[in-house]
Amino acid sequence: MPDATGLELIAHDLREQVPGSVTGTQHHRGTATLVIDPEAVMQVLTWLRRTPNQDYHFLASVHGCDYLPHAPRFGVHYELLNMERVERLHVKALLEDPGEPELPEMDSVAALFPTANFQEREIYDMFGVVFRGHPDLRRILMPDEYEGFPQRRDFPMGGEPVLFTHNEHQTPRWYE
Amino acid sequence: MEIRREKVGAPTDVRARQHRASEMLRGIDMSGADLDKYVEERVLTTTLEKALNWARSNALFPATFGLACCAIEMMSIVTARYDSARFGAEVFRASPRQADLLILSGRVSIKMAPVVRRIYDQMLEPKWVIAMGACSSSAGVFNNYALVQGADKFMPVDIHVPGCPPRPEALLHGIIKLQAKIKGDPTLGWRERYGAHGTEELGDGPESNGS
Repeated sequence: MPDATGLELIAHDLREQVPGSVTGTQHHRGTATLVIDPEAVMQVLTWLRRTPNQDYHFLASVHGCDYLPHAPRFGVHYELLNMERVERLHVKALLEDPGEPELPEMDSVAALFPTANFQEREIYDMFGVVFRGHPDLRRILMPDEYEGFPQRRDFPMGGEPVLFTHNEHQTPRWYE
Repeated sequence: MEIRREKVGAPTDVRARQHRASEMLRGIDMSGADLDKYVEERVLTTTLEKALNWARSNALFPATFGLACCAIEMMSIVTARYDSARFGAEVFRASPRQADLLILSGRVSIKMAPVVRRIYDQMLEPKWVIAMGACSSSAGVFNNYALVQGADKFMPVDIHVPGCPPRPEALLHGIIKLQAKIKGDPTLGWRERYGAHGTEELGDGPESNGS
């Protein structure tokens, strides 16, 4: 992990190279997080991968997140790893919810890290984040004709109500 | 010490005794009332349907088809410790065309349901289904968006084996219950329960016109 000072240095260099890209840093319990503007994600990850002395060559994970009561609703997290120094860097892009039926959009990084291909498909499947420039953006886990994005926090829980003795009489034809 | 084997007898003696034994078994040296009693004691009469159901129930071929963790328990019923061969259900067939029994061993996701249904449709009738474990009976703890809430929403199920996962003994108990059902009451089949008579798929052979 870059320590708090190292994280600030990375953020400083990035702000110089890509103005307006880094909107904040967090260093919490040993995890260094760069909060970035989603429009600059490709430039930021390219810089982190290609710049000497950064060399974050390995994208360990991409995951989505829904922070529903909070204002930038969706988060897309990139977990970068430098295997020589065994340093992990967390890059977090926050996306506003454009409201139904629009879907939040950001750039795909599948051209830079091929592993992001399937993981971005999963984020699209579960959270409905559209990745521009993705080679094959379609559902990966749920059926193709599925409606809705099941990991969103406003998606209804549960497949059907569980039948207990106290509510079985409310269910029509429960006894058959 | 010298080991000596006693000779049972000359080969001709053996053959003569075998002949004598088979004659006794067939009751050839009996006649009259003795022969009638002998035949009554040894001959069993039944209906063709009962004999057919008896044969079917003791030669259940399950399809090799595992869905989740219950499949591990399903695999162990054929091992030496549990040995479903004792009940005539040990031949896991690799093709649904050769199987009579589909054991739904695990949770059925929405994406898997058409595949399961297709395998069930490919099996030849008569066919039976055991829903093994809580997930395939009612989705168990997974009351969520990904799973079908009970496999009998898209296919007929004969036996539900509870448990999470059921022990192999429980699955064997389910198989024995299914055998009792096949042997016992043929009106308990899924076509009666679901009112599905007339949906049998038959080929264009001479027996297909129902006459």
